Amino acid sequence: MFPFAFEWVNDPVHFVFMGSLYTVLLCLVIILHYCGIRAFLDVICKKGGNGHDEHH
Amino acid sequence: MDSASAPFDSALFPEGTKRCQLRWFIVWLGILHGPLMVGVLAAVMCWGLALNVTYLNNNFPFGLWIAADLGVIALGAGAFFTGFLRYVVKIDELKNIVNYAVVIGVVCYAAAQGILGVDIGQPLRGWFIFWHANVHSMLTEVAFCITCYFMVLCIEYLPLILENRQINKLGFFHGMAHHLHEAMPTIAAIGVFLSFFHQGSLGGVPGVLYGRPFAFREGFLVWPWTFFLFILSAIACGPCFTILITWITERFARKQLVKRNVFDILAKISGRLLALYLVLKTMDTIYWIAVAGKAGAPFRSFYTNQPYGYWVLVMELGILGVIPMIILLNKRARQNENLLILACILNCSGIFMNRWIMTVQSLAVPVMSFDKFVSYHPNWVEYASTLMFVWVGVIVISISYRYLPIFPQEKELNPL
Repeated sequence: MFPFAFEWVNDPVHFVFMGSLYTVLLCLVIILHYCGIRAFLDVICKKGGNGHDEHH
Repeated sequence: MDSASAPFDSALFPEGTKRCQLRWFIVWLGILHGPLMVGVLAAVMCWGLALNVTYLNNNFPFGLWIAADLGVIALGAGAFFTGFLRYVVKIDELKNIVNYAVVIGVVCYAAAQGILGVDIGQPLRGWFIFWHANVHSMLTEVAFCITCYFMVLCIEYLPLILENRQINKLGFFHGMAHHLHEAMPTIAAIGVFLSFFHQGSLGGVPGVLYGRPFAFREGFLVWPWTFFLFILSAIACGPCFTILITWITERFARKQLVKRNVFDILAKISGRLLALYLVLKTMDTIYWIAVAGKAGAPFRSFYTNQPYGYWVLVMELGILGVIPMIILLNKRARQNENLLILACILNCSGIFMNRWIMTVQSLAVPVMSFDKFVSYHPNWVEYASTLMFVWVGVIVISISYRYLPIFPQEKELNPL
């Protein structure tokens, strides 16, 4: 539900509830894009391949 | 192993590890597809012929599916809690099991969503809960958090796939896996936030049913005490489920995959949390008996109808609670592998029993003087469609174990 949907009510509950959902989704999208762009830049700058340490 | 006897797909195995021949692996997957197809048939029947092919009715809109749903979500708590201990509390030894905890978590949450997909009867309308959200409902919160947390788990699972020996040779995927590992503490923290709320809200759902004194509890602000008890019970049993599944995987693989000190850390934490849970649950039960009695719902009235007699309480808190707690808290006992696995089985069974009680038994106890006790037993359609996700889970775990570097200690423990 977005704020322009007819069911939307401008009250704190809607802002907190839906705001939390969109904040979490936004964080996940940013993390994925950040990692993807960094990896792409590594490849462009030829830092990719075996240049990273092993992680678990 | 020489190249002639190496399995056809050996180039995809994690480096320095040994797996069975591809034909045996395909036979294994084929065997699993038998019961899986029975489950698919049951699910198709539910979607095609509606839910009257099940034994759910107006007395029991919540049945096996919801109890199983709550159960697998609690068991899947091992993923977020192990991630929390590894990345936030920084217990370094847990890096040797956190990958597998993530795989188990993905399976559990995928199963939970799959079961709900069958349970709602019309999965094509599943998006209604997001678009037409009732922001005052704990179930809406659960739906939001479970969906988001499943995304988190998939992101945590992604670097494992990208670290497959062949995929990892590609520079972009290698870099992506590396940067995802770097971001893992943030992702784990988001997972903890989401898990805290959906584990709790699943307990909040029965706790706010003020028309049902068997389930209703007072609480703190908008959260009934069951909210906090569900979180605590989930993090007390999640690590035990991770240990149990790892142990079963070791039996099938016929090799040790994780050092026993890792099991010991998880078991010790699980034991302490289980002890705390049992103390709080006992206090909650005593207070509930007193309050419900004053409100006109005497304690004995909850346990007069079989099969839900007093034995349910004794079994849930005693046999499936106190016994595993004693084993997990005692160092010598938990270092005995057989006792440890027994404690894990009892602990995980206790969680399932608790979830069954809070959903199905809550609905079974009559609340009006003219109400009659009606019992509920799931039919084969419900069993098959629920177990379907167990078989899917075994397939996912089998493929993940064969091709992905899940166990960092495997090479050291099993030199070729």
